[in-house]
Amino acid sequence: MTGERLRHLLGIEGLELAEIERILHLAETFLEVSRRPVRKVPTLRGKTVLNVFFEASTRTRSSFELAGKRLGADVMNIGGSASSTSKGESLRDTIATLDAMHADVIVVRHSASGAAEYVAERTRASVVNAGDGMHEHPTQALLDAFTIRRHRQRIEGLKVAICGDIAHSRVARSNAWLLPLFGAEVRLAGPRTLLPRSIAPWNVQVFDRIEPALEGADVIMMLRIQRERLGSSLLPSLREYAREFGLSPERLALANQDALVMHPGPINRGVEISPEVADGPHSVILDQVESGVAVRMAVLYLCASGEPVTPEGG
Amino acid sequence: MRELLDAESVDRGLRRVAGEILERHPGQQNLVLLGIRRGGVPLARRIGYWIEQLESVKVAFGTVDITLYRDDAATALANPRIGPSEVPFSLDGCAVVLVDDVIHTGRTVRAALDALLDYGRPRSVELAAVIDRGGRELPIQPDYLIRRVEVGPSERVDVVVGSGGQPVVLARPYGSPSIAPGGTLP
Repeated sequence: MTGERLRHLLGIEGLELAEIERILHLAETFLEVSRRPVRKVPTLRGKTVLNVFFEASTRTRSSFELAGKRLGADVMNIGGSASSTSKGESLRDTIATLDAMHADVIVVRHSASGAAEYVAERTRASVVNAGDGMHEHPTQALLDAFTIRRHRQRIEGLKVAICGDIAHSRVARSNAWLLPLFGAEVRLAGPRTLLPRSIAPWNVQVFDRIEPALEGADVIMMLRIQRERLGSSLLPSLREYAREFGLSPERLALANQDALVMHPGPINRGVEISPEVADGPHSVILDQVESGVAVRMAVLYLCASGEPVTPEGG
Repeated sequence: MRELLDAESVDRGLRRVAGEILERHPGQQNLVLLGIRRGGVPLARRIGYWIEQLESVKVAFGTVDITLYRDDAATALANPRIGPSEVPFSLDGCAVVLVDDVIHTGRTVRAALDALLDYGRPRSVELAAVIDRGGRELPIQPDYLIRRVEVGPSERVDVVVGSGGQPVVLARPYGSPSIAPGGTLP
């Protein structure tokens, strides 16, 4: 286990298991902070966290915001439509401006795959990827792993079904990297038009129907159907999708008796998940929200603690 | 390596501290013992045990972890060992006795004060320690103390579990194999 600060968190790909364990271990502690009467510690006092969201997001942005604030950091949100990008500024110039503000951590979400890495190459701050295009959403995969652990005490040997629009999902990609590292058996399921062309780098199975993926599953992750894909040749209608791939109580019965149902949110009730399942006893969707703040506190802590730039420190 | 206090002296000292706490808090109104993790926790428990022996009352007990409150938390701790604080009640109006093993710079106690204030507004806070080794960097002094010692700056002072399974106090040169607070001698 290394003791160094985290320079950036751009994706799960390339992270070592020990590093992931370190983040999840710290998150345990921070979970306790969020349950106290006074939900704030002064650990990152005087540190600045910039939330830079070029793409709409409520839950991820507020989760990072709360995480930073509970650690005592100053958090500023910069949103897409209110920012200078809408006045024609290039991403490069925006980063240069933010860098000059002496941020310690820049949390970035962008619709282009690879945007987080682009930002990381151009700033002194630590960069945390909060979702870049169809690439990765590392903190989501970390909080999913954390939630599974809290309920099952392990990930090894569990059968995890990830269902929905796999091809366009950064959540699926990050989980496809992370869960096999822990020894989980990962199954990806979705309509053939929404499956990735190649799964070569991952140790996963792929299904074009949901039922075989659910068979005996210990964890079911449902992905949100993005309405912007609707009407195209990829996805003819919501009704058809709900009928073929929605998680209904009948389909849930195919899974293990104590299976966990997860969803990164926001959910489309009656589309990818039926209301009975979303609100049912198997659902841990709200636990994922609580875990998210703790995991992001751990990530911000590891990025912002320690002296910036210089590797030494006492 | 030299032994500054043997197990019997430590325990006799903790018993005396328990008596002094009772003297200053007649009736033990809202008395709370808070051990500073990790070295102060077993000592706070032992003080609680002696209070129970002396007055047949059980005193409320909690622990605080100060890692997130250290004044160097954001610069020095790349890989902290953070433990849980356990204060399962509000400290509003309580008479808190903080318990630590060794008082040195005073920075640990300062951090513990910040930490415990997040759990309420105590009526009073006092400090009990086993050893005062001097070298204060902040205006913080113990209210209850077992022993004050003179040691050189090149020596470290630790409360560890000795061969008999009871805490003893040792002075050793810095750089000698480290023993976790409350840990056992090799």
